[in-house]
Amino acid sequence: MDKVTKSASTSAAEIIQWGEAHHLETCFERAEKLKQCPIGETGACCRVCHMGPCRLVGRNAEERAKGVCGASLATVAARNLVRMIAGGTAAHSDHARDMAMTLLAAAEGTAKDFKVTDVRKLYKVADILGIEFEGRPVNDVARDVALKFIEDFGRQTGELNYNKRAPRKTRERWKKWGIAPRGIDREVVEAMHRTSVGVDHEADHLLTQGLRTALADGWGGCMISTDITDILFGTPKPLRAESSFGIFREDEVNLIVHGHEPTLAEIIVDVASSADMIEYAKSRGAKGINLGGMCCTANEVLMRHGIPTAGGFTNQELGIMTGLVDAMTVDVQCIMPAIAKLSEKFHTKVITTSPKAKIPGAVHVEYDEHHARETAEKIVKMAIDNYPNRTSEGSHITRKTPLIAGFSHEYIEYMQGGKWRASFRPLNDAIMAGRIRGVVGLVGCDNPRVQATSIHKYLATELIKNDVLIVSTGCGSAACGTAGYLTPETALENAGPGLREVCEAIGIPPILHLGACVDNSRILTIATAMAHEGGLSDEIGGMPAVGIAPEWMSEKAIAIGTYFAASGVPVIMGGESPVGASREVEKIMTEVWFERFMGALHFEPDPEKILAMTLDYIDKARERLKLRKYEPGKFGAERVLMDMAARRELEKSAAGAAHAGVGGIRESQS
Amino acid sequence: MSKIIASAAIRASHSLFRTAEEMLDKAIAEKGKDFVFEFPDTAFYLPLVYAMTAFPVKTLADMKVALEMAREMLHEEPEEKLWKPYLGEALDSGMATLFCEEIILALRYIEGLEPDTDPETGYVYNGFITDTIQRNLGIQLVDGRMPGFAAIIGAAPDDETAVKIVRELQEKNILIFLSGESGGDSVTRQLLRKNVELGWDTYIVPLGTKTEHTLYALDWSIRASLIFGGNKPGDYRAHLKYTKDRVFAFALVLGELDDVKWSTGAGAINMGYPAICDTDVPVIHPTGVCTYEHVEKELDHGKIVQRAFEVRGLKVTVEKPPIPVSYGPAFEGERIRKEDMFIEFGGNRTPAFEWVRTREMEEVEDGKVVLVGTDIEERYRAGGQMPLGIVIDVAGRKMQKDFEAIIERKLHHNINEAQGLWHMGQRDIVWMRISKQAYKEGITLEHIGTIHNTMTHNRFKAIVDKVQVTLYFDEKDVLELQEQARAVYRERDHRLAGLTDESVDTYYSCLLCQSFAPSHVCVISPERLGLCGAYNWLDTKAAFEIDPTGGNQPIKKGEVLDARAGRWAGVDEYLKANSAGAVESLNLYTIMDNPMTSCGCFECIVAIIPEANGVMLVQRGHTGMTPVGMKFSTLAGTVGGGTQNPGFMGIGVNFITSRKFLYADGGIRRIVWMTKNLKERIAEDFKKRCEEEGVPDLLDKIADETVAEDSEKLLEYLTSVGHPALEMDPMF
Repeated sequence: MDKVTKSASTSAAEIIQWGEAHHLETCFERAEKLKQCPIGETGACCRVCHMGPCRLVGRNAEERAKGVCGASLATVAARNLVRMIAGGTAAHSDHARDMAMTLLAAAEGTAKDFKVTDVRKLYKVADILGIEFEGRPVNDVARDVALKFIEDFGRQTGELNYNKRAPRKTRERWKKWGIAPRGIDREVVEAMHRTSVGVDHEADHLLTQGLRTALADGWGGCMISTDITDILFGTPKPLRAESSFGIFREDEVNLIVHGHEPTLAEIIVDVASSADMIEYAKSRGAKGINLGGMCCTANEVLMRHGIPTAGGFTNQELGIMTGLVDAMTVDVQCIMPAIAKLSEKFHTKVITTSPKAKIPGAVHVEYDEHHARETAEKIVKMAIDNYPNRTSEGSHITRKTPLIAGFSHEYIEYMQGGKWRASFRPLNDAIMAGRIRGVVGLVGCDNPRVQATSIHKYLATELIKNDVLIVSTGCGSAACGTAGYLTPETALENAGPGLREVCEAIGIPPILHLGACVDNSRILTIATAMAHEGGLSDEIGGMPAVGIAPEWMSEKAIAIGTYFAASGVPVIMGGESPVGASREVEKIMTEVWFERFMGALHFEPDPEKILAMTLDYIDKARERLKLRKYEPGKFGAERVLMDMAARRELEKSAAGAAHAGVGGIRESQS
Repeated sequence: MSKIIASAAIRASHSLFRTAEEMLDKAIAEKGKDFVFEFPDTAFYLPLVYAMTAFPVKTLADMKVALEMAREMLHEEPEEKLWKPYLGEALDSGMATLFCEEIILALRYIEGLEPDTDPETGYVYNGFITDTIQRNLGIQLVDGRMPGFAAIIGAAPDDETAVKIVRELQEKNILIFLSGESGGDSVTRQLLRKNVELGWDTYIVPLGTKTEHTLYALDWSIRASLIFGGNKPGDYRAHLKYTKDRVFAFALVLGELDDVKWSTGAGAINMGYPAICDTDVPVIHPTGVCTYEHVEKELDHGKIVQRAFEVRGLKVTVEKPPIPVSYGPAFEGERIRKEDMFIEFGGNRTPAFEWVRTREMEEVEDGKVVLVGTDIEERYRAGGQMPLGIVIDVAGRKMQKDFEAIIERKLHHNINEAQGLWHMGQRDIVWMRISKQAYKEGITLEHIGTIHNTMTHNRFKAIVDKVQVTLYFDEKDVLELQEQARAVYRERDHRLAGLTDESVDTYYSCLLCQSFAPSHVCVISPERLGLCGAYNWLDTKAAFEIDPTGGNQPIKKGEVLDARAGRWAGVDEYLKANSAGAVESLNLYTIMDNPMTSCGCFECIVAIIPEANGVMLVQRGHTGMTPVGMKFSTLAGTVGGGTQNPGFMGIGVNFITSRKFLYADGGIRRIVWMTKNLKERIAEDFKKRCEEEGVPDLLDKIADETVAEDSEKLLEYLTSVGHPALEMDPMF
């Protein structure tokens, strides 16, 4: 049998091999050498005070093991998980806070390089926030929107502004179980407090704060960030782009933006395409400037400008190892400090830009929104100046794949009916008719502890074959993009017969790239729109929909998974469970949460089991909604023929019963 | 696949945009940008642009603005490979196409090229469909006589197939619009070659020779939402939901498709109208913009109509008597000219009458048709003329004497709906013809009885258990029975005259229009008939007996809250519950305070003229100006849609001569202006009412369009003749 490669991407695998041959260490090698601590891995290690660390292991640990303070395994595991949620929420939300501050600065005219690009989106957001917008100057509206969002971070009582965007029933569940978030910072602080030594010890009670904190992430930090980014830089719509390492050009300056924040990257996009800079690049012997992205900063500029992406998290070292990257800017989150050391072996300059993040060995060019253009120019010049230092050293890869990205909530609504008939009716209809079996959010990181991106690829292939529509974000999107799945042709060649018909009717790939990991908020609003459209569940819970993060590694993924669970989506995370040591905690997060919220958080390392669980969740949801049983290739609208009497009753029947749902006189077969 | 359709739709939107732009620039160069345009007889400007955007196109400059809106909806064609999504873009392009087509047709009107004329046959098409026709058809749209609409675009493979498809649609009561061509031929030409009678009366309306002319049908359907639906201009979501849920239209595309057909189709899909093609085209099955499939193919012409019904979600139940010719409302409008006539009855040529009698159960042999007379067969075979007395004996446990007149009034439709049979008048002034073609197809005299027998059962199944028809053909019998019938007619009229609002404790609602006007409720009392003129109190009473859960429901008047204004507790309660919350209270006898709402298909409008201290009356179809400064079409726009508009009201013509007409406002004395046409129509009854009211010369004092079309002239006239309204209490 062939040796199993470390990445499911051929290009990545080739670079890894090249690196190994040149004795260059990467996360793949480190992951092999450094086994996970078996106690910490399953959540049985408590290190919240210095009486410990305590390891709660041994026979019947669940019942018998105690920490020095007497904390049980369930307490410890729950505390660990809640702290991960708090960490993830802090990450997204601090990013969102910066977005809000940038919007405020732009509106007040102190950040001259930024402006409101998408006025329509601004008005939509203002409308949701209850801010008057008609007849007012755009910047006044923008300022009020920014200030209103900023309130969300420091609010002590009440509820987040965006809680009200959730379906009524979903909110009722939050109210009933006390998990409607108040202020973002407050929830994170309270989570940290309650998990510190000697405070909250009941697993269920602890996890409840985990849910509330996670909701502050989803309906707070993430959603705020997505909306402000759309307002400042435009709401994405479909565009063609490319991915993988072949996007690097031999004869141009290759500048990579890596990390998670869009603000500086947006300005770099602008600066790198300016005539001055291109001229400057030419003066240094390059034919031009080639901007590329990595991780989620890549997704941000990919979604809005079609800037090509060199891939997700595990590609960052490999990118440098191509020897073609003249400069790589990094901001925050998911940046391996290893790249600075690695870059020393090549000519690549790693440039840290966030005031929050420095890496030993990297050049620091600090960015602030008031001097964005200057910073961007400095960075682009550094990249250009470094171009002449490029050597032939590196694993030059030319393979790249095309993709279609840019599926915002707004465009997804538009694509189902155009300007006049935009809605989610076709999607709901397709699910009701059995053309689409269900919807999966295939999201999250890629991870060197497995064959990187392989589980994404496996699940994507199997799910679309089973007529499941996929929405993806973050490194999940990068995995699918690099694999070549984000093309409309994929639907024709590989999707099940029903999904294929829908994709063909609209002209979409079977996997819709929604943006960066922070844009998982788009999935929340899409699910809400589906609930409002009618015919499926009237809340997010109960939809034939599942979230999967098969290769997750970041705390942010845990925060995201948890906010989906709290919103009513069953979530399956890959890998071993970080609370696996406690059956009690696992039970709360699956059975108890499902009963309360119709969501759950599972951990399952076996890809085949993930697939089976997903399809089972979807089919059970269909059954509960009394939708026709999914059978591949057999579908059709339940047809109700209307006579005059039936038409007179239209107004009286709730939600305009023109759409079927009952009866059914014939089935069509494709 | 769908991409082919989207590409075609997008391409055509660009080319139509260019055409519209060139034509418009030329028109502006020639006539100036302020040149005023309106389609004939509409209050809705360019109706589609107006409904979608609320922008009223009044001049060529406005047209330019509308065209720019279309430009914003243009998109790039999807790429060969790695295409971006195209459905939303194709639908937008379709709407752009409709905007451009509306502008192109408007410009063709300016150039005098519309209505279109067939260059080969000289046939003149219908062109733009007026508001008047729309309102005339109102009641048919809701009572099941016109349950759906087919736009046939192109040409059938041969003339016979064209006729077959059209006949099938007619038999199913579907209103048919014809447009476009295929392979140099069109269904219009095919039908003309087969001598099929075209026009509104036969449910076949040729709109024009090009695909673009289909827009007239779409323009018409979007106005249903404005007129009957009460949806506001610019509320495009409401309009498109209305057309999707309530206007059961679809396209039958016969022959090959070109870009313009696809693009017009994409525009129509926005409105929820699918296309069914008879060629091997790509299909779009997933649902959601339309209720079911968006594009479907059916290569078998024998199945295409049925398939279209399924795709549109349309249910049509047709009841047809066992006769050898086609049957249905679509054949009602056919005329039989003298040279096509085989035989006729009545019409002052021979004695004839029709009479429905209530009998005891045992006196009636159900289903029996008796022919009485000498040498009937021979005389019939000879053609020409014959006397005819029709006596219909009915029996039923729920039959009431009052229903005789109602059953009798349907005899006209019973006969007229048969292809090749023609009927006019009623009672003893009846006139009937049978065409040569119908005779050739096997229509016998007995069939006249068969038709009445079957249809009386069908229409009145809940009140009629047995029906027997006797036909008399000898002059002596006819004259003798006619006298008996006349005595009954007189007795009936007398009884009806005594029927007042005070004499009954129950009124009836008419909710038929709620299929189109969801919040409108007609309250029908003995002295106030429905505003469409089609239903009086007895009709609704019978209709309730026939179908206790149907569109006519009893309203217990309950406590009198205001006898003068005509307000009852029971009526208010009923309205609250049944008008979707739109109406809280109703005064039946005044126009000033909580007057009756309208669906949109009123026969005429009463409108207050404050300066004259009175009201004016204008009927549907009057195209001239009125003293309130609005034409009927504009005025109608302010009255319909199920809202109460004090000072404005839609009514049935016969209400004018009711004692309860504006009773609380001073009655007929308030009428200061009325069209000549109306004056003539109601003269006889109106004069009687004038005498009752002690103003015998009132009719002469009422102005009409020959003396005044504005309020200034009107006042002059009223003063000069000393109209009583000027002396009455102020209306406000």
